[in-house]
Amino acid sequence: MLRDITLGQYYQTDSLLHRLDPRVKIVGTFAYIISLFLFRNITIYLIAGLWLFAMIRLSKVPFRFMVKGLKPVIMILLVTVICNVLFTKGTPVFSFWKITITDEGLKMALFMTIRFVMLIIGSTLMTLTTTPNQLTDALESLLSPLNKLHVPVHEISMMMAIALRFIPILMEETDKIMKAQLARGADFESGNMFKRVKAMLPLLVPLFVSAFRRANDLAMAMEARCYRGGEGRTKMKPLIYKNTDRRAYLCILVYLVVLIVGGFIGKRLPL
Amino acid sequence: MQIIIDQLNYSYGDGAMRQQALKDVSFSIPKGQFLALIGHTGSGKSTLIQHLNGLLKAESGSIYFHGEDISDEDYNRKKLRSKVGLVFQYPEHQLFETDVFRDVCFGPKNLGLDDNKAGLKAFEALHQVGIPEELFYVSPFELSGGQKRRVAIAGVLAMEPEVLILDEPTAGLDPRGREELLTMLKKLHKQKHMTILLVSHSMEDVAKYAERVLVMEKGSVIHDGSPKEVFSKREELKRLGLDVPEITDFMQDLQREGFPVNPQMITVEEARQEILKAFKKGQLC
Amino acid sequence: MIKIKNLVHEYIRRDEDDNVVDIKKALDDVNIEVKKGEFVAILGHNGSGKSTLAKHINALLYPEEGQVIVDGLDASKEENLWKVRQRAGMVFQNPDNQIIGTMVEEDVGFGPENMGVPPEKIWERVEKSLKAVGMYQYRKKSPNKLSGGQKQRVAIAGVVAMHPKCIILDEATAMLDPGGRKEVLRAVRGLNQVEEVTILHITHYMEEVVHADKVFVMDKGKVAMAGTPREIFSRVEELQTLGLNVPQVTLLAHELRKAGLPVSKGILTGEELTRELLTIKAGR
Repeated sequence: MLRDITLGQYYQTDSLLHRLDPRVKIVGTFAYIISLFLFRNITIYLIAGLWLFAMIRLSKVPFRFMVKGLKPVIMILLVTVICNVLFTKGTPVFSFWKITITDEGLKMALFMTIRFVMLIIGSTLMTLTTTPNQLTDALESLLSPLNKLHVPVHEISMMMAIALRFIPILMEETDKIMKAQLARGADFESGNMFKRVKAMLPLLVPLFVSAFRRANDLAMAMEARCYRGGEGRTKMKPLIYKNTDRRAYLCILVYLVVLIVGGFIGKRLPL
Repeated sequence: MQIIIDQLNYSYGDGAMRQQALKDVSFSIPKGQFLALIGHTGSGKSTLIQHLNGLLKAESGSIYFHGEDISDEDYNRKKLRSKVGLVFQYPEHQLFETDVFRDVCFGPKNLGLDDNKAGLKAFEALHQVGIPEELFYVSPFELSGGQKRRVAIAGVLAMEPEVLILDEPTAGLDPRGREELLTMLKKLHKQKHMTILLVSHSMEDVAKYAERVLVMEKGSVIHDGSPKEVFSKREELKRLGLDVPEITDFMQDLQREGFPVNPQMITVEEARQEILKAFKKGQLC
Repeated sequence: MIKIKNLVHEYIRRDEDDNVVDIKKALDDVNIEVKKGEFVAILGHNGSGKSTLAKHINALLYPEEGQVIVDGLDASKEENLWKVRQRAGMVFQNPDNQIIGTMVEEDVGFGPENMGVPPEKIWERVEKSLKAVGMYQYRKKSPNKLSGGQKQRVAIAGVVAMHPKCIILDEATAMLDPGGRKEVLRAVRGLNQVEEVTILHITHYMEEVVHADKVFVMDKGKVAMAGTPREIFSRVEELQTLGLNVPQVTLLAHELRKAGLPVSKGILTGEELTRELLTIKAGR
């Protein structure tokens, strides 16, 4: 149901990846994504693939959950593959009517697909093993150097956390208001574009009014509980690096080195 | 019978999360009855009332409105929604127009009425709920809580429903606001012969206004009778986490302590007469 | 504990050009004193000024005239602001709009975090306050999965974790069903009796004030009545003109008295009335 959205795609289980500090996971995911774009040859895809496979095993999350993450982007993937196959110029392999398919095009499409799938699965893995709250906490901690540039890092992460809490409430509210207006004979489905947009007003106005009322109430409740920004605030669940986290950083570093070396070797190989 | 509900079933969710919200619900409502529906939160009351005006579609079973099955393909559900008016909990949250009058016109206009006719209906509905004319062109967001609620109810009344269903219409109102709202419903019931289905947590209100009480538990209707009959089952209702009116509770205790009264009294006035009667008898002896 | 002297609060409405259109006195010369450990109820219909009063005690509003003193601190002084808010915790009406955390325990920890309490101590406080309201087994749950009464108990735990001297419930039971209301009241009475926290319960449900030590009835921004529940409930007609309903048993006792039975004034519970009626009957 709608209420479950707060947890995002989080898959609850106890694994090494789940226990890691969320900052390690964010940094690791970034390193992994960048590594996919460093070179374009088969060796690095092999290395990255192995790494990803190891991570999936470590996470103890069933593989079908990763595939779920691919579903929403499958259309985009298909379109890019078709474009690459059709419009890349080079040595023709196959010709039909006005369409010429090239060797380069096929290779490009193949590499694109591999890279894309690995990228999506890699980032899905992060959200599967980390709660949204841990993510916001980690972002606040990682971005804290930006505080010196007067970026309100604490406020941004607080806003994200509150949004996470209120999305399900507002979803439910949308459902309720929609039903209430349907009961008054509203029609959200028929008519042309303009009519439909107009028909949304009875839904959107109450929703905005409610969101503002809630924001106002919440601000007051936060103030009543002595909230005054990030200064002087302590954390109930502070992020502290443990030995495992340090080792994990080391692993990420080793992975990057291996990948870069592999990339240079791969360049010399044919294909 | 105005509404016949026959073997209604409905479930939420799928797979392991599947929960049956309605289980073989059957009852009928004659025209012009004032019914109350009670049951603790999550017993299926809200699900049931959303079926009555076609907002939810039953998995199995049927609902007949004036003898016609509302789940038929060619049944006009939009028209049904105007005939069976549904007022949700905290209905003031659905107000959206720039002024009160326009908001109330929303329903009639959706039924295809022109501005004049819709305006006329809105005018009548606002009168029925007791909103004074000087508030007609004020933004609904500037009204007091009780006034907003009445405007929202007028928005449903303006569609001239035959049946009015209200989900806890007095929630969050103060005693005076509650009293005014319920008196207004009573008036609609008497003068317009409107069928009223009231979902309520206040047993005192149910005892005072309803002619018939339905008790829901885990998706089924487990009791159906007059308030007196239903509230005489105090122990059972308490086990379900429901109350009886405070006065009924008191009368039953009083009788148990050996005071010669009929414990089935559900309003203060009835209880007063019953106790005075007992004393008069005592004096005669 | 709480001392309110000649407090006045005006809501001023202005038009687009900043001209004053309307002045409404939400509080008009209010004097209230609450002693440590008391359970005080404030009654009144909507718009009687009771919520405005609550916001003054928590320093969410600034007194223009008069004085609010909480635990010896003047609430109007800027430097006392956060101390006052810590000492007088507030629970609001809508359970959904005051829970900040996405997990019960995180929400309860929010107040102590703001106060700069060290992490180990926060965990201690969270555990203790969740146990005090009977919500400890729900600590890992999402607030969205709780009932209204449970959410309000979490909100109360969130306040308790700040170690307040006094808790103000600003119509905290108004949006709950009867079961939820009982749950919340039981939790609050427990805190009052066991932890000796001063409670200020603002409500329009008369049956909730029966167990209070002291009751204030507000009307049009003024304190219209003050006294023990028994004193207040013996003035049935006055209460009704103020737009409040007395509990049915009290009303019945009042009606029987009017009909000539020698029932005493200010009956609060069914047991009391049963006892009286049996004595009267035995005497005849």
